[in-house]
Amino acid sequence: MLEFIVFLPLFTALAILVGAPARYTALSGAIVNTVAALLVATRLPLNVEAPGATFMASSRRMLEKPELNLSFAVDGMSLVLVLLTVIVTFAAILASPPESKIKGKGMVKLYYVSSLLISAGALGAFLSTDLFFFYAFHELALIPTFLMIGLLGHGAERKRIAWTITIYLGVGSLVLLAGLLALFFAFGGQTFSFDALYGMAENSNPIAPETQRTLFLLLLIGFGILISLFPFHSWAPPAYAAAPTPVAMLHAGVLKKFGLYGLIRLALPLLPEGAAYWQHLILVLLLGNILVIGLVTIAQRRLDTMLGYSSVMHMGYVFLGIASGNVIGLNGAILLMFAHGISIALLFALAGKLRDRVGSLEFDALHGGFASKMPVMGVLFGFAAFASAGLPGFANFASEVLVFFGGFQPFQENPDAGLGLLQWTVILSLWGVVISAVYMLRAYRRIFQGPLIDSDSKAGFEDLSPGERVPVVLLLAVLMITGFFPGILLKYLAPTLDALTLFGG
Amino acid sequence: MDANTLTWLLLLLPLATAAVIALGTRRAAGLSALVSTGSALIMLVMSLLLLGVPEDAEIKPFTWIGLGEDVLTVNIGLVIDDLARGMMVIVTGVGALVHLFSLAYMKDDSGKARYFAGLSLFMFSMTGIVLADNFVMMFIFWELVGISSFLLIGHWFTKDAAADAAKKAFLTNRIGDFGFMIGILLVWVLTGSIYFAEIKGAVGGVENLFLLNAAVLLVFCGAIGKSAQWPLHVWLPDAMEGPTPVSALIHAATMVAAGVYMLARVAFLVAGAEAAANVIALIGGFTALMAALIALQQNDIKRILAYSTLSQLGYMVMAQGIHGGSEAGMFHLYTHAWFKALLFLGSGAVIYACHHEQDIWKMGGLRKRMPITFWTFAIGTAALIAVPFTSGFWSKEAILEAAAHADGLVPRVVWILGIAVAFLTPFYMTRLLVVAFLGKSRTEDAGHAKEVPPIMWIPLAILAFMALASAYLIGPLKATTPEHAVEGLHFSITAVLSLVGLAVGVFFGWKIYSGRDRDPINIPLFAHKFYYDEIYAGVVKVCQDFVGMTLDAIDRYVVEPLTVRAPALGAVGLGYVLRLFQTGNLQAYAVLFGIGAVVLLWCLVF
Repeated sequence: MLEFIVFLPLFTALAILVGAPARYTALSGAIVNTVAALLVATRLPLNVEAPGATFMASSRRMLEKPELNLSFAVDGMSLVLVLLTVIVTFAAILASPPESKIKGKGMVKLYYVSSLLISAGALGAFLSTDLFFFYAFHELALIPTFLMIGLLGHGAERKRIAWTITIYLGVGSLVLLAGLLALFFAFGGQTFSFDALYGMAENSNPIAPETQRTLFLLLLIGFGILISLFPFHSWAPPAYAAAPTPVAMLHAGVLKKFGLYGLIRLALPLLPEGAAYWQHLILVLLLGNILVIGLVTIAQRRLDTMLGYSSVMHMGYVFLGIASGNVIGLNGAILLMFAHGISIALLFALAGKLRDRVGSLEFDALHGGFASKMPVMGVLFGFAAFASAGLPGFANFASEVLVFFGGFQPFQENPDAGLGLLQWTVILSLWGVVISAVYMLRAYRRIFQGPLIDSDSKAGFEDLSPGERVPVVLLLAVLMITGFFPGILLKYLAPTLDALTLFGG
Repeated sequence: MDANTLTWLLLLLPLATAAVIALGTRRAAGLSALVSTGSALIMLVMSLLLLGVPEDAEIKPFTWIGLGEDVLTVNIGLVIDDLARGMMVIVTGVGALVHLFSLAYMKDDSGKARYFAGLSLFMFSMTGIVLADNFVMMFIFWELVGISSFLLIGHWFTKDAAADAAKKAFLTNRIGDFGFMIGILLVWVLTGSIYFAEIKGAVGGVENLFLLNAAVLLVFCGAIGKSAQWPLHVWLPDAMEGPTPVSALIHAATMVAAGVYMLARVAFLVAGAEAAANVIALIGGFTALMAALIALQQNDIKRILAYSTLSQLGYMVMAQGIHGGSEAGMFHLYTHAWFKALLFLGSGAVIYACHHEQDIWKMGGLRKRMPITFWTFAIGTAALIAVPFTSGFWSKEAILEAAAHADGLVPRVVWILGIAVAFLTPFYMTRLLVVAFLGKSRTEDAGHAKEVPPIMWIPLAILAFMALASAYLIGPLKATTPEHAVEGLHFSITAVLSLVGLAVGVFFGWKIYSGRDRDPINIPLFAHKFYYDEIYAGVVKVCQDFVGMTLDAIDRYVVEPLTVRAPALGAVGLGYVLRLFQTGNLQAYAVLFGIGAVVLLWCLVF
């Protein structure tokens, strides 16, 4: 079942390359995969005893020594990310421009094939239970990202931007590779299997605390670059601004979660001493994400870079949940990965539609009053902005509440200790909630409210067509359902994370 | 219907109504208006039915976040004690009348369906605040009323002023909520719970009084935002850009009172934190006086009323900070809701009749042309300025008496502030009444004004009745009141001073403004609202925009070169090597790269 989910997008991509009609093949593949992921969700048992993904496990031996398997398994945490991936993939394919609007021969195929490859890579990474394939699948997803920005991106700078992020993320991947290899050898160099590594770490962690610190730092930098942890973030906003809409949706929404997933799946349980040692560093850096980048977001003069920076900023909250290290915070962190993934994909989808009509996303060109011209777009953008700013009713709010409570939990267990750095970080991060309301409402005010100027009222800005509404409404519905009933996802997450943190310390 | 079903229906009906309008009937504006108004009337009936339910009836909670009892469980749980039920009657009573009034007021508005959906969303959010049994649930609905307020203030979103006011209201409230959330977290740390009932039991055992005071003050930040207390009061006058019925319901009677309600809900917390309580009383008293001073010099009828709302909210907040004053504050919330809604709807009737004129100096002579509106407005004014035996008189006396009887320096200070306000309120309200309604018509629009239709004046008449009588209905409506609230005049220094204040205020108001065509008094400091808007705009510019711009520049020209370009330059050497393999055609290169990756994976898999 899991192999099917991972390889279906690859086969769909192959079929398109061979000559199947691009849009319909991709769409059917995405639908089938969404149904398959939901089926997995219904069958996933909720009682978890051991850490790590063990359900629906499948394994194919690739190498005997060291032991290398193409192995997949699912647990609550990977399930939530798989659901995120299939949903965003479906929406991204729906939001891709119709074939008639894609210029250049062969480009239509490339468009859909790359979305499917990114999807397959992300699914493979989230479901792998083997260090080697965990890494390899992510690399598979990165390649089409670079290509699409360079070939089909927006703006005159797109080639330069494509090369910059190729090299930058390449460096990040290399640091990560070094970290993972070091981890592999620190555990004896015999096996790549997560389960075997967990087993070794659980009994008596064979890695000395000093070594754990070094390894954790390597992983933090490697994953951090991919996640756009401050100060390794500057690649992200221009890349998202230049990327074609579906690529921005898939990369910001899904692929960027790989690093966070890796930290929770590998670094926290396998290197608990290292995680504890660097907690303060993470707290300081995430404040960079939230406060510094938050203010930078306010100063943006274009909607697309503003959204890019806002996505960087919100990574800080996920780090906050991770840094708290307890069940509440980690539940919040993963729920936020899901919520942020959906909401940023939603915003990029809408921004793409806006660019199709106005031709630019400079705030100077978005003169205001567009809600009178495009009421449906105005309403949907308003919902998306509120979701992103963490208003209740959307999953973002539920997860942020959990993250904040997670940060205060150690204090609650021991109120005499006084406010620690973790609690002060929570307090400062809460100011970020004000900041995100500022830039989101300012953007909404600037673009959609106020009077419509003359030249705009004559321009043929059409409202979203029914077909264009589908992906947007789909993402919005997911955000609201999980916002009203976060229990839908938490019931999978909580037991998995209980098992993980219990043994992590 | 059992209590459980009734209470849940009361909460969910307005949400369902908003959803039905948004998804179904939005193209049929008239139908949407009727659906929304019907829903509000049913809510009123249900709230009245709820009064008869035993207080300890079991209401089953819904688990919103459940991570286990000993970790964190957040319920949507409903509480139906007298405090909540009394408040529900206010919310649904004023709400239903405002819906009725809106049927006529918004009759020809192009966004009518959107307007009524917003009203229903507001009714849902407000009901959630009132019935919440824990802090997180209250915070959720706290933010939701923020959204509905944003939507309704910005109803005429093509007007720059309305759109700006909506944004300002939302952001100012967010600043208050920043403190509110930290306060909730601290209360959780100190008492181990977010549930009001459990906090009440645990608060006595809290030893760290410094943190407890901090927690209460931070929770109070939420009230500062929502109830527009100094220094976050600036959003409320601007919120008058919304349609006038919205000002009556949300920005006078109910939502802005939510901060007071919340403080009353956690009165046991406030009572345990003396220093914080003193700050609350002082901020309330200061806001009451400051807003009354500003109201003296305003010319827009709605802004005068808005500042008087600020001032009265100051009274209520002040009462929450006085030992034993919480019930008095809730009593004033209850009477104020009726007479302030009356005044706002009355001003709406005037604005409607004068073709959207809001400047009182461009009105005049409306008494003869709009007698019903005039007399109901006069009754509302009488209650606001505390003419003896009107409802507002009893509740204001209750607050001032509570201040007079509490021990300590702070109650003395706020008592003086409260008495000073009692001199100012009659003065500026007399000015409003004399200039707008008496004398000659000063413009053509005012000269042609006609009485409003029955669907508008019937709500005015009902509210006028409540403005006079609500203080005598506290028993059946379960309004929270101090003991012995309404039992005849006592001789006390407070009572004498407030009666003197009434007489002096009305006398000078009449003397100075009767027969005038323009304001003989000019105090720029009050007219310009103590220049808060200008000061805040400057601070925001420096703090957020300047810092944001600077950080952006640093990010672009320092961080990016160091972190992105340095590795990029380092890779240039590698780039030259790669270039040897490059065919020059990026497209072909792309396909090769992709195929290579797939083939590599293929070989590994099979």
